[in-house]
Amino acid sequence: MTMANTTAAQTEAPVFYLKEEHHPETGTMLGFWIYLMSDCLIFAILFATYAVLGQNYAAGPAPADLFDLELVAINTSMLLFSSITYGFAMLAMEKGSIKGTQVWLAITGLFGVAFVGLEIYEFHHLWSLGATPMRSGFLSAFYTLVATHGLHVTFGIIWLVTLMVQVAQRGLIVENKRRLMCLSMFWHFLDVIWIGVFSVVYLLGVLG
Amino acid sequence: MPLVTGLMNFVVPLQIGARDVAFPFLNNFSFWMTTCGAALIMASLFVGEFAMTGWLAYPPLSDIVYSPGVGVDYYIWALQIAGVGTLLSGVNLIVTIVKMRAPGMSMMKMPVFTWTALCTNILIVAAFPVLTAVLVLLGLDRYADTNFFTNDLGGNAMMYINLIWIWGHPEVYILILPAFGVFSEVVSTFCRKRLFGYSSMVYATVVITILSYIVWLHHFFTMGSGASVNAFFGITTMIISIPTGAKVFNWLFTMYKGRISFDVPMLWTIGFMLTFVIGGMTGVMLAVPPADFVLHNSLFLIAHFHNVIIGGVVFGMFAGIVYWFPKAFGFKLDEFWGKMSFWLWTIGFYFAFMPLYVLGLMGVTRRMSQFDDPSLQIWFIIAAFGALLIAGGIGSFIMSIVVAVIKRDKLRDETGDPWGGRTLEWSTSSPPPAYNFAFTPVVHELDAWDDMKKRGYVRPTSGFLDIHMPKNTGAGFILAAISLVLGFALVWHIWWLVAASFIVLIAGSIAHTFNYDRDYHIPASEVVKTEEERTALLAKQQA
Amino acid sequence: MSAHSHAHDDHHDGGASHGTYKSYVIGFVLSVILTAIPFWLVMDGVLDSKVATALWVMGLGVIQIIVHMVYFLHMNTKSEGGWNMLALIFTLVIVAIAIAGSLWVMYHLNTNMMPQMDHDMIPSFG
Repeated sequence: MTMANTTAAQTEAPVFYLKEEHHPETGTMLGFWIYLMSDCLIFAILFATYAVLGQNYAAGPAPADLFDLELVAINTSMLLFSSITYGFAMLAMEKGSIKGTQVWLAITGLFGVAFVGLEIYEFHHLWSLGATPMRSGFLSAFYTLVATHGLHVTFGIIWLVTLMVQVAQRGLIVENKRRLMCLSMFWHFLDVIWIGVFSVVYLLGVLG
Repeated sequence: MPLVTGLMNFVVPLQIGARDVAFPFLNNFSFWMTTCGAALIMASLFVGEFAMTGWLAYPPLSDIVYSPGVGVDYYIWALQIAGVGTLLSGVNLIVTIVKMRAPGMSMMKMPVFTWTALCTNILIVAAFPVLTAVLVLLGLDRYADTNFFTNDLGGNAMMYINLIWIWGHPEVYILILPAFGVFSEVVSTFCRKRLFGYSSMVYATVVITILSYIVWLHHFFTMGSGASVNAFFGITTMIISIPTGAKVFNWLFTMYKGRISFDVPMLWTIGFMLTFVIGGMTGVMLAVPPADFVLHNSLFLIAHFHNVIIGGVVFGMFAGIVYWFPKAFGFKLDEFWGKMSFWLWTIGFYFAFMPLYVLGLMGVTRRMSQFDDPSLQIWFIIAAFGALLIAGGIGSFIMSIVVAVIKRDKLRDETGDPWGGRTLEWSTSSPPPAYNFAFTPVVHELDAWDDMKKRGYVRPTSGFLDIHMPKNTGAGFILAAISLVLGFALVWHIWWLVAASFIVLIAGSIAHTFNYDRDYHIPASEVVKTEEERTALLAKQQA
Repeated sequence: MSAHSHAHDDHHDGGASHGTYKSYVIGFVLSVILTAIPFWLVMDGVLDSKVATALWVMGLGVIQIIVHMVYFLHMNTKSEGGWNMLALIFTLVIVAIAIAGSLWVMYHLNTNMMPQMDHDMIPSFG
């Protein structure tokens, strides 16, 4: 607070400007975190909608009729594995190992693809049973919440592949490391949202 | 909204002693997204039609069954596009204020306008996602036959109203807080006095920010949520008027024993203080649920919100524009036409809207194109007269700009500080150079520029260095333009174009991330030249 | 004379924490446990009371979210000068208000305004 030299009895006037070039700290991580908070709110609204409409079955299928908890458990583990493999990618990045980073990123991407693939399989199966998003308020809310999460994961995978190309091209320069840290926040955040999804939608849904 | 955001975008970096916002490219992209959102709405004037569902597009009317045309689709996609711009600019300004303040400017030494800008942008980040989500749900109902807000198959239209107002109430605080910030700056400048009660102003702003999230139901007291719910939200609505009242008292106490000069910004401020307070009081009336049952959706409500939006936001924007115009453009606006605009607007406002309070109390409903009771005609005529005066006020404001442009050499601001300001933006030239500050300021006290002037600040004239700046790029404009095409294609169900523009948008965004060449340096020699020109100009003033 | 005293963290990433191998593994193991238990409780119907099961599911979910925040996202009160934590807390408050508020409001609206299951026309609301 006080770089002021208050001119009590001193000869120095207060300094009102910096003589050297001032570089503010990078705000990218904070900015991305704040963006994630806003994304969290979008999910909150989708959760709220699911909570309000989630029992409007319109004489159609209910969660207990539809949800295959074993499939959901496998899916959950795909995402959880991808979280720790991304963590290992970050550790490799801190060590400066391009190869290590790339390998772990690739594995993370594969887990992500497995997750999305299984989800698409699940949706396809439900759809073929007549449990479409158009069938009831509950199903509209279910598909929208889960698919929004899945779309976020898909976007994350595209981003991950892009970053792998950029790291291959330019190495672990400052910009790329910043981007990897942002994707890290994004990826873990998606797993956090999934905890909400499997708890509230699938587990509580089957519970009835 | 764009006017409010634009003001914050221009003023905040200057007030905190920064060269730019935290994310310059994102800023540019946000601007173009807002523009393209507006462009999509404008397109509906020529191609198709716009939504006929009021400003919030309630279902079931806005659902595909009752609005089968393209109007609501224009509404949805224009708002989604513009909403991206708004949200990103919200993130941008928060990080700017948190990270890029000049050394020595602690949070409690920031100018009040910057504080209100911070709180406004926090509200933006915390409210706009709700709008995004709700419009997605409405869009899914229209495009994919889902059942969020339908009458049957498990939909619930009231959920839309609930969600849209969770956004809607913070939205009006997003509009008013920057105006409050403008008034704080204007009052202290034109009363030649430090703002009274800085800390309480900050706390009041933060309290308003938080409370704005727990009042939303007052927009639909009459929809049947029952006594307990209504009572809760009625009470919270009344509570939120308290910090606002505290602010009004602070402005009044600042004026007390100040040396007031009635320049145009100060006139707008005084007009605001009277007008907004009336509007606020009618708001507290409406906050009482039983009263609201009589007055909801009557002209009383219309009078109330125009009272606070015109008296608060519009007057605030006028004050801000007149106040900061010389900083942005290098010359003041014409004073005569400015005063004309103020008087016509203010008198016109009272003629136009006070009758509406009467009409509302007499039972006139909103959104009616005709009304049969001839005994109420006189009030409508008075209101129409007021509208004419306001039209004159608008014309006068335009005149104040036109005349100023013509007379700009006479109105030139050559010192950079035409009003005797107190905050850092007034330490720069008018307009400021591209780099804002040749040297980053160091702040010691609140009202940093006032402090500098009082303590013998001498403007540096040597030792200039290369300055690091962001590079220009067309990528923001291009990506926004593609979004506009995507929006248009979605409105008209041109599916091949939807797919194509979506792919181009994603590919273009990814391609942009491969551009690592984002900055350049302004050479010291150019800085020297710019600063020497200013030195010469300032010397002329002394001469 | 130079008057600035704050450290320029140009080379540092601005206060973000990093994990260690150990912390990631701990987080992972905890998450696995905190996932397995709720699934087991529901799939095997372990507890008699559905309400108790639901509370366990929700509670363990919240704990797992905290585990993710701490071990994977390295959430702490220091990073970005405390702004990360502040943003998170503010968001959580808004999320809680939006979800709880919506549930409360909609429950009351539904109770009071649910259409009667008879053949009378319901007056529509403007």
